[in-house]
Amino acid sequence: MRKFLLAMLAAALPSLTMAAGGGVALEQFRGDLHDQASLQRGAKLFVNYCLSCHSAAYMRYNRMGADLGLSDDQVRDNLLLATDKVGDTMTIAMPVKEAKRWFGNPPPDLSVIARARGADWLYTYFKTFYVDSKRPFGVNNVVFPEVGMPHVLWELEGLKQPIYRTVTEHGESKQVLSGYRMVSKGSMSADEYDQAATDLTNFLVYMAEPIALKRQSMGIWVLLFLTIFAVIAYLLKKEYWRDIH
Amino acid sequence: MAGSHSNIESSSGLMGWIDARFPASKMWREHLAEYYAPKNFNFWYFFGSLALLVLVIQILTGIFLTMNYKPDAQLAFASVEYIMRDVNWGWLIRYMHSTGASAFFIVVYLHMFRGLMYGSYKKPRELIWIFGMLIYLALMAEAFFGYLLPWGQMSYWGAQVIVNLFAAIPFVGEDLALWIRGDFVIADATLNRFFAFHVIAVPLVLLGLVVAHILALHEVGSNNPDGVEIKKLKDEKGIPLDGIAFHPYYSVKDIVGVAVFLIFFAAVIFFAPEMGGYFLEHANFEPANPLKTPEHIAPVWYFTPFYAILRAVPSIAGSAFPGVAAMGAAVVILFFLPWLDRNPVKSIRYRGWQFKVALTIFVVVFVLLGWLGMQPSTPMKTLIAQICTVLYFLFFLLMPIYTKMEQNKPVPERVTS
Repeated sequence: MRKFLLAMLAAALPSLTMAAGGGVALEQFRGDLHDQASLQRGAKLFVNYCLSCHSAAYMRYNRMGADLGLSDDQVRDNLLLATDKVGDTMTIAMPVKEAKRWFGNPPPDLSVIARARGADWLYTYFKTFYVDSKRPFGVNNVVFPEVGMPHVLWELEGLKQPIYRTVTEHGESKQVLSGYRMVSKGSMSADEYDQAATDLTNFLVYMAEPIALKRQSMGIWVLLFLTIFAVIAYLLKKEYWRDIH
Repeated sequence: MAGSHSNIESSSGLMGWIDARFPASKMWREHLAEYYAPKNFNFWYFFGSLALLVLVIQILTGIFLTMNYKPDAQLAFASVEYIMRDVNWGWLIRYMHSTGASAFFIVVYLHMFRGLMYGSYKKPRELIWIFGMLIYLALMAEAFFGYLLPWGQMSYWGAQVIVNLFAAIPFVGEDLALWIRGDFVIADATLNRFFAFHVIAVPLVLLGLVVAHILALHEVGSNNPDGVEIKKLKDEKGIPLDGIAFHPYYSVKDIVGVAVFLIFFAAVIFFAPEMGGYFLEHANFEPANPLKTPEHIAPVWYFTPFYAILRAVPSIAGSAFPGVAAMGAAVVILFFLPWLDRNPVKSIRYRGWQFKVALTIFVVVFVLLGWLGMQPSTPMKTLIAQICTVLYFLFFLLMPIYTKMEQNKPVPERVTS
């Protein structure tokens, strides 16, 4: 009988894998949601580079400040570019109609993008822009082919050209990406840019679910309470059932 | 409260006043203090009371979600995120509700499996099974309507796929689908009516059915792992020899089950609310977009066995109706179980090998279909799904034959402990 139970549970339990985007192996995101300095750097990158075209219409500035250990004044001085009220959400002024004309598709709201795409996908996305003269903004992306977005972080990362290698698989030869060659240097080293991509991804993960910062530490207390409750309930049951044979 | 063991009707005090006007003490006795349940309930008997617990959780959290949710195609997605961020404890209420939906099906599937194992659907409990099946149907409807409400991509396209199933019905299908949607595609009108069904219509039906299920159970009495009728042997006071009062014995025992269940429930809510994309699908964090079909549309895990059956049946003359009919039949056939099983012995403990083998295959097939329903189709997977679909139906269709061939073991007079 126990086998049946296990089989039924196995159907309900997840395998902890996520679908990869575009059939490309994703790089693993190694950020830490509880690294507040990383989140603050990510917030700065987000506000400076993303928040002019993308909104985060469900995220409030002051909530972000409170969660990231910043006072309202610090938020106002460093992160408040599009509005003057810290209680506002991160909306943008770009009209959807114009955006559609400029980019082909209006840039999506990024509030919950990390929950839709997954952290690994975002991290890989930031790291796989490459020069492609066929695209309107001169760049393409490995995990998001034909993306309408320019490489806004290019001044940090620089621009890189893909290197292809021909491999033969099942008797067919095809081109696979084997690496990149830098064609123009950015202001950051490769390691620094990796860190920036990690920070930005980390911030997007936070933004997608702000309560994730707290719910696990709450959960430990809830589970502790329930465990004690379960033990007491079991002892009560045993006491009542003593006279049942 | 009335004393748990009192046999005497309160005739004085507040309870006396009430009892003269409303059968409060009488109901307390009939359904709790003097409802005698077999003393040999095992692990599998926790899931009935747990299903009731989850129902209460869903209704309570649902009430609070309704206070902030907006059933409007322009506002729905944002209102869910508003609940997740700006409503005090809104995230907890929402995660309880979303986890509760999956928990409901886990608990109900285990509850139904218990019924299969111990023959709880057999005479005289056929109506309990029928009411239970109606609850299961209502639950599926409730889950389906509720899943549209967050108005994410999976909500939208999942509903699109399911409503289009109705369009496959010959002659009236297209009109029927249009009538259900209230528009040519899933749209604001659909969201509004699904909201009405999800928060009022189906919950009312569900509550009524649960009352009927429990009343029918208390009329004939509970089955047990030995499949022995405890009412056959009573003591001089008319109490079944193997029966114990539901309250306090099973009420305190069920509290243990509740506590253990809540440990698992809370673990999901606080540590893995998305459950790796099975309880909250990743694609559903993208707002509904009628112009962009997702690469891979799959229903939530609890529907996937039936979805796999739908996809496994090839369409005939360009019509998907055979698949739709097979999917419907896969649910409907469960209603006939009490009459398909011809073996008078209830519990699997005393039945022949035929039923044990058949039930094992059935469970494996059901789980396998559930997995296949989540996967993108490939020729190989479709073939496996087709074999599983045939086996699924053979479990029921051959049942009148193989249950008659079983060599039963002697069933004891009294329950075993």
